Amino acid sequence: MIEQPSGVAAADERVQRQSALRKAFVRPELGAMAGTVVVFIYFAVVAGGTGMFAADGIMNWGVVSAQFVIIAVGACLLMIAGEFDLSVGSMIGFAGIVIALLSVHLGWPMWASIIAAFIGAMLIGMINGYLVIKTGLPSFIVTLASLYILRGLTIYFSIATTRQTIISGVREAAEGDWLAPVFGGKVLGFFFTWLADMGLIATFQAGNKAGQPVVDGIPMLMVWALILIVFAHILLTRTRFGNWIYAAGGDAKAARYVGVPVDRVKIAMFVFSAFCATVFATCQVMEFGSAAADRGLLKEFEAIIAVVIGGALLTGGYGSVIGAALGALIFGVVQQGLFFAGVESSLFRVFLGVILLLAVILNTYIRRLITGER
Amino acid sequence: MADIPLIELIDIKKQFGPVIALNGVSVSVMPGECHCLLGDNGAGKSTFIKTMAGVHKPTSGEIRMNGQKVDFANPRDAMTAGVATVYQDLAMIPLMSVTRNFWMGREPRKGWGPFQFLDMDKANRVTLEEMRRMGISLREPDQAVGTLSGGERQTVAIARAVYFGAKVLILDEPTSALGVRQTAHVLATIDRVRKTGVGIIFITHNVRHAMAVGDRFTVLNRGKTLGTARKGELQPEQLQDMMAGGAELAELSGSLGGTI
Repeated sequence: MIEQPSGVAAADERVQRQSALRKAFVRPELGAMAGTVVVFIYFAVVAGGTGMFAADGIMNWGVVSAQFVIIAVGACLLMIAGEFDLSVGSMIGFAGIVIALLSVHLGWPMWASIIAAFIGAMLIGMINGYLVIKTGLPSFIVTLASLYILRGLTIYFSIATTRQTIISGVREAAEGDWLAPVFGGKVLGFFFTWLADMGLIATFQAGNKAGQPVVDGIPMLMVWALILIVFAHILLTRTRFGNWIYAAGGDAKAARYVGVPVDRVKIAMFVFSAFCATVFATCQVMEFGSAAADRGLLKEFEAIIAVVIGGALLTGGYGSVIGAALGALIFGVVQQGLFFAGVESSLFRVFLGVILLLAVILNTYIRRLITGER
Repeated sequence: MADIPLIELIDIKKQFGPVIALNGVSVSVMPGECHCLLGDNGAGKSTFIKTMAGVHKPTSGEIRMNGQKVDFANPRDAMTAGVATVYQDLAMIPLMSVTRNFWMGREPRKGWGPFQFLDMDKANRVTLEEMRRMGISLREPDQAVGTLSGGERQTVAIARAVYFGAKVLILDEPTSALGVRQTAHVLATIDRVRKTGVGIIFITHNVRHAMAVGDRFTVLNRGKTLGTARKGELQPEQLQDMMAGGAELAELSGSLGGTI
């Protein structure tokens, strides 16, 4: 053995230099990026001539994707922090009914009803988190319990107060309210009018909307989706709190040892997941003008699937908001695209299952490259 | 070497219910000294370091730092006082980058008010620098800890503790799961850190590893200090015997040709 000069780290010959190209490609989102490209190419071929990529077609799958994005972002941060929230779907039904009950049935102003729904849902999120931390039970079990409890209570109260599970009249109650348009409004309408004037997008040919552009603005739902992506991405990658989210999910014990407030981080992420669910619910209630106790069914799984397609590790500590957003986009495009392509809608699930499997296999491979896992 | 020890534990006793885990252990560390704590499994090594690290409160006995009596209510207290522990298993989070691990819990920030963002440039720069000083050349600071070897992970943890102001460094069996080359690396790191004036408590049950870097040796057996010796006062065989409790191992070691 040759004596090496101590204190000087000679460049290790076994450390391979990596090309910038490889570095740019080998990232957590790669699986979702590849999936997105494949999905768009597929539908460009099979549904290219159906108007799927015209302005109103884009808006169609864009809105559905944005819905998935909103809940996927919440599920993403929570999953990276090492926990699940299976109560997202029930939370959507709950928040919607709270808004409708308070505003329509009890005559509260719309803004107060919306704020109350946010507070209520986030409190339940906090209870979810608190129970998980204090009991040490898997969040899978705790939030599975809240899935049933919350759904049951939502239906019960809806029937007990109004004798039905669908409460309509929300649109009328939201008339003139200042907060309602933040969730149900549309922005940049003038831009689409201008586009239509320039002949760049189509206008309605007949009916009472004749002459107006087929797309009359960007729904706030999409704006919320974008805001949440940017916010969560910056929070996760650029802040101290983001580092704690990774740490809490990566190894809670090691994180606690260096002084990371793991419990607070996890509870905050449960609250954030509830917040996202309520944004989803509020946008939906404002759009439909009604709330239903069974809304949001199976949304928790769709959110988790989007996040996993996006490259997150189910056991926590690893993932990407951009990936989750792409996962949600894939979800939305496939769901609406099969409709455009005229494919039997039951095949949606087949398609989804295949994409899920392929993305996860690719993601696992990439993750091993990055993290040295074996 | 100064006369006052950095940390001194005097006659520490610790009982868990009816079980006496420590029954009078005394150890001290001088600045720049590596004090090896040897003992077989169950000798009370873990309980002792946890007492030093503020995880357990001793049932009786005294802890002094720089001659002053101290009471550690929790690990945070001990860390603030400059006692850092590198545990064998929970040193690092493999999925996270070296930089993110290095700064975990103490991330540098820049900006104002609600817009305080991670100062990644500084974090990466300092991490690379500290790693280089410890003899590890990273490919890039954002490579995951999972890509490092076991010895390198220990070294990152040690570098982290030292960078954040550890005066006393407790190393819990840092070499027990490592190969020969990795062990040499960690021992070299210990030597390097010791030369900066940090006091090190090196827990191990491998006599040869202890002999390689230790200045003083204390053997624990069944919750008691069997004795402390300076370097050169003891032969490795004697240490080994004291740890194992004597005759039995001597006999076995004879039949194995002295390989234990």
